[in-house]
Amino acid sequence: MNCATLQHKLPHATILDPAAGEVLEITVRVPPADLFATLQTLRQDPELQLDLLANLAGVDYPPERIRIHYHLVSLSLKHRLCVQVDLPRADPEVASVVPIWNAANFFEREVYDLFGVRFLGHPNLKRILMDDDFVGWPLRKDFTHPQLVHKPER
Amino acid sequence: MGVIDDEVLPRMEKWPGGGLVVAAADWVFNQARANSLWPVTFGLACCAIEMMATGQPKYDLSRFGMEVFRASPRQADLLIVAGTVTHKIAPLVRRVYEQMPEPKYVLAMGSCALSGGLYYYDSYSVLKGIDQIIPVDVYVPGCPPRPESLLHGLMQLQEMIRHESFGERGARRRAQLAEADGQAPAEVEER
Repeated sequence: MNCATLQHKLPHATILDPAAGEVLEITVRVPPADLFATLQTLRQDPELQLDLLANLAGVDYPPERIRIHYHLVSLSLKHRLCVQVDLPRADPEVASVVPIWNAANFFEREVYDLFGVRFLGHPNLKRILMDDDFVGWPLRKDFTHPQLVHKPER
Repeated sequence: MGVIDDEVLPRMEKWPGGGLVVAAADWVFNQARANSLWPVTFGLACCAIEMMATGQPKYDLSRFGMEVFRASPRQADLLIVAGTVTHKIAPLVRRVYEQMPEPKYVLAMGSCALSGGLYYYDSYSVLKGIDQIIPVDVYVPGCPPRPESLLHGLMQLQEMIRHESFGERGARRRAQLAEADGQAPAEVEER
């Protein structure tokens, strides 16, 4: 797998090469609408075979976007890849990838719990770490709570 | 033993010369309690590793009569809160405490249990000190405290138990519980 073949297979995606220095491993950036089809290609293509979802995490970039990282590994071909998708912070919504990798189930619940990203088509999208009646998205950088969160005096 | 503290000793004290008998009985019970503290098996985070080390032969908690870590709070009289208490586990800590029979003692072990420690600032999930939910008798600071610190804390607790009369114990317990419930300490009822 190299960046050229990847660009050929995913014509609409932005491929970032680690040789350029911005990223540490080959990174694919896709718009939210293309995400599900892209990930399905990455898993099913015989030259890619990214059959393991090693990690799925959210990162908050205020004020406008939340980025979701999908870290994929191919156990048979022994290569790895990072897929990133940027969502609007005001209304983050993206397709669930549970139909592709079942491992995404708890990962997506965690991202929903801490960032408030809604994964469409998720079988059981509810809070996983915080209490069910908790209000707010605690890993967003502007999260604050008068009783729970103490801020240092500056 | 809670019955002895709350029912038997107060009545005996009203007999003629009862004070002497009660003082002697109090001394006997206190020695028994101090030298046979049974902690409940309850570890929450890395401090529990040090607590386990304290129980192992190198540090040997059993030298002081505390080797019997009970798997049920109903058989224990010491709660060692060893580790980070999150808001999600806090009601369960309180329940374990409430299930223990009187007299019961609480030792807060490590910075997290004392005040939230590392998680005091910018944390959405950690309780800032277990004394917000249950009364604490001994605080052992450290991150985590070494087994020697825990042993020192336990011996401080033993000293406290040896020198406390049943009346003082009851008054302290009621005041602490009322404070933890967020109320003003209730008046000590007339004996």
